[in-house]
Amino acid sequence: MGKPDTVQYPSAMKNMNNTTHATTGGTRDNSSTLFTETAIGRRKRWTENGVRIFFFLMCCLMILPLLLIIGYLLYKALPVLSFEFLFTNPKDNMRAGGLWAPFLGTIYLVVVSLLVSAPIGVFAAVYLNEYARDNWFTRIVNLAVVNLAGVPSIVHALFGVGAFVLFAGLGESVLAASLTLAIMTLPVIIASTKEALNAVPMSFREACWNLGATRWQTIRRIVLPNAISGILTGVILQVSRAAGETAPIMFTGAVFYKTIAEGDVFAYNITDQCMALSLHLFTISTQVPDVTEGIPYGTAIVLVGSVLLVNAAAIALRVYLRTRKKW
Amino acid sequence: MEKKKIEVSELRVRYGNKPALNGVSFDVYENEILGIIGPAQSGKTTLLKVINRTLELTRGTTVEGTVKLDGEDVHTITDVYGLRRRIGMVLPLPVGLPLSIYDNVAFAPRTAGPRKKSELDNIVERCLKQAALWDEVKDRLDSLGTKLSGGQQQRLTIARALSHQPEILCLDEFSIAVDPVTTMRIEEVLKTLRTEMTILLVTNLVQQAKRLANRTAFFLNGALVEIDATDVIFSDNPANQSTYDYVNGNFG
Repeated sequence: MGKPDTVQYPSAMKNMNNTTHATTGGTRDNSSTLFTETAIGRRKRWTENGVRIFFFLMCCLMILPLLLIIGYLLYKALPVLSFEFLFTNPKDNMRAGGLWAPFLGTIYLVVVSLLVSAPIGVFAAVYLNEYARDNWFTRIVNLAVVNLAGVPSIVHALFGVGAFVLFAGLGESVLAASLTLAIMTLPVIIASTKEALNAVPMSFREACWNLGATRWQTIRRIVLPNAISGILTGVILQVSRAAGETAPIMFTGAVFYKTIAEGDVFAYNITDQCMALSLHLFTISTQVPDVTEGIPYGTAIVLVGSVLLVNAAAIALRVYLRTRKKW
Repeated sequence: MEKKKIEVSELRVRYGNKPALNGVSFDVYENEILGIIGPAQSGKTTLLKVINRTLELTRGTTVEGTVKLDGEDVHTITDVYGLRRRIGMVLPLPVGLPLSIYDNVAFAPRTAGPRKKSELDNIVERCLKQAALWDEVKDRLDSLGTKLSGGQQQRLTIARALSHQPEILCLDEFSIAVDPVTTMRIEEVLKTLRTEMTILLVTNLVQQAKRLANRTAFFLNGALVEIDATDVIFSDNPANQSTYDYVNGNFG
């Protein structure tokens, strides 16, 4: 170690220390005492550690339920989990068999709803963020976006029944249910896309405009390519919401029971009703007596697992695109 | 008398209720370097934004008075993108677009219309040479413009501003993020560019205006205090006392 005694401090600095650390008293001839701990310093350190540990515990508390849920579900579901479970229809009035019909139904609902809501949401967000001036129309749209995101899903369900099933005459169908889900996910997609667009620095746009580029040229060449990772992440995260919701689909297109051709991915028609994992889970847990014990847990695992898988894909995509970040 | 390139008359600009320019009138002649000096909030940047009409992209601005480019009022020009390509704009902070160095310079020619590859190659090489950047980047034109150093990015910005062969080059405090050596190199570039275009040089370094400008305009609080030949402005007796105080650094 070095010899602190040999370090020369300017006299002004010594004086300053004498006044600020008056609690310890004494003079400061030896500069090695410059870094000894004072009572105030000790208290600060204790508080700092205490606060940090407290926040860390909260963090653990948050992660605990997730681990418990997944662990418990896996433990209970293990006896039934198999490839066959995923690819066979429910049997014996849903007391046995697999998940094929509801699993495929959920995929249909999610894909169709995102096919509708993603383009509309992204384009609307581009307009709101890049073109819209601050006037009453924009303000109303923004207000609508915020409020639509807060509407309970059962209200979306009722709207879906009124608008798509009855008024538009779609009947209870995959299409009607998907459109209801699309209405539900739309505001969140708009919000996340706007955020992603906002993250592209304004100076890039100004530079492009100064070069005589139109707004659209600027958006296409600079803004969209650099916001795409955020936009995609926001859209993919809506998969979990669309897959998990029960209320919006139970009156608009999802049924308790329906058999379809096993292994045929085009088994549903878009105008048919379908089964869905979330509703299936509700049904076999509450409406059907004597279900094999593992099946509801297996259903839950498949639902949670596929959602987590999609989310993991979103995260991987974001990480990948971030490595290619250009500024 | 030389040909008038820009004629500004009775120009008033407000941001909301806040005035930025209060009735400014002056002319800029072809192939001159006009230095524009003045403290912050004096309306220098606003003036440049009026000329290439990027001010209207800011919300809540009102513009009165006229700015004529070659005798034509810029606010009646319908092809605003064409107008902006007649003017090269360099902003205080360097902005490398998140594209390759090549694409940065080729951006404006491409937005103007489809170009042949060889034509673009020539433009890129000419502009990077003009901006004194070619030797440093000629072997890595594919690398990102945003990864260059600050001074290099500013020269890239200048190369980009030259890429659409502007008639007027507006530089807004270009040396703010650039080291002194690079600044001197760019100043040399500007001296040679003067023969091809008209240059508006907004600067906080009054000495820079003295070194480069034929004429210098002094702005204060949104008003044009004085515009005259640079050696008059920097002499011991400019027309206005505040001009003398400002260029000699005893302002306020």
